[in-house]
Amino acid sequence: MSKHRVSRRQFLNYTLTGVGGFMAAGMLMPMVRFAVDPMLKAEDAGDFIATPLKVADITAEPQKVNFSFTQKDAWYESEETGTAWVFKNEAGEIVALSPVCKHLGCVVDWNTDKKNPNMFFCPCHYGLYEKDGTNVPGTPPLAPLDVYPTREKDGFLYVGKAEPRKGA
Amino acid sequence: MLNKIYDWVDERLDITPLWRDIADHEVPEHVNPAHHFSAFVYCFGGLTFFITVIQILSGMFLTMYYVPDIKNAWESVYYLQNQVAFGQIVRGMHHWGASLVIVMMFLHTLRVFFQGAYKKPRELNWIVGVLIFFVMLALGLTGYLLPWDMKALFATKVTLQIAEAVPLIGPYIKVLLSGHSTIVGAQTLTRFFAIHVFFLPAALLGLMGAHFLMIRKQGISGPL
Repeated sequence: MSKHRVSRRQFLNYTLTGVGGFMAAGMLMPMVRFAVDPMLKAEDAGDFIATPLKVADITAEPQKVNFSFTQKDAWYESEETGTAWVFKNEAGEIVALSPVCKHLGCVVDWNTDKKNPNMFFCPCHYGLYEKDGTNVPGTPPLAPLDVYPTREKDGFLYVGKAEPRKGA
Repeated sequence: MLNKIYDWVDERLDITPLWRDIADHEVPEHVNPAHHFSAFVYCFGGLTFFITVIQILSGMFLTMYYVPDIKNAWESVYYLQNQVAFGQIVRGMHHWGASLVIVMMFLHTLRVFFQGAYKKPRELNWIVGVLIFFVMLALGLTGYLLPWDMKALFATKVTLQIAEAVPLIGPYIKVLLSGHSTIVGAQTLTRFFAIHVFFLPAALLGLMGAHFLMIRKQGISGPL
């Protein structure tokens, strides 16, 4: 006989707790999985979207490009407008920056702060970025602006899904 | 660990008598199926409550996806049922549970009726029980519209006609329910949703509280 004798009361307690827990789990598990589903859904890769900007028209000065795409939000499909700041850098490569501030998600604008010309400026908390998207230290943003992968097709600029800049 | 947390709280707030008063009381022998198997008939009230809990829980989770809007209601139900993990199960629980609640409640009512358990001093509890019965039927009725499919729409049109048939006040009741004198549409859906999700459950919780308080106070009626 083992030293730890299980009393009838203990045995019933364990069994009832076990069975009850099993039943409660059977009831709650589908509901919880149902609720957390958006967290576990795979993110869509994102296709390249055509912009109305001709690659030949891209200059060294950032220009604002609006492009429209179809967004599927669960059961709701809508035409949305995205924005990119597009220019050619010193190396002659096309750069397309996301206008979403990396501080708290406001929309940045090019060259609108009189005190800081030729910079991306966020009016919400005076965030500043260099032309290449690098955040200016001492201003609220902690990371450079996201970058759209770009592609040329039939002379027009196509942009993919904006990604955080590598090496940032 | 749990025991320590319990003791810590209990030392300060003396919660033991609170839950003891609710949970810790003897089941009379004539109500215990272990003594007389036929005593299983006493389970139907508890089963009704159990299924009601499932209904409340599954309903809460369903509203994470459902929208009470004529353009999106059906789409959102279709989405949650076909695209969301366990959507079919959670919606199924709510769908089948709705019928099961009525069945259990009916069996509970039959038991109380045929045992004469509603007699003095328990008449008030019978009345509250009947009110719960009406609230449950209303919950089933209002919930039926929410998927916003053809069956739901035409069932509700019929329902509103029945309400309209009440002498004198019928037309007013109908507009109060549908939100519009002729259209069964946007305003009907939002109203039925509000009634189904807020007004009736609130009434139900109050009535169930009263129902349980009374049975606790008066005890289960004696053996036949």
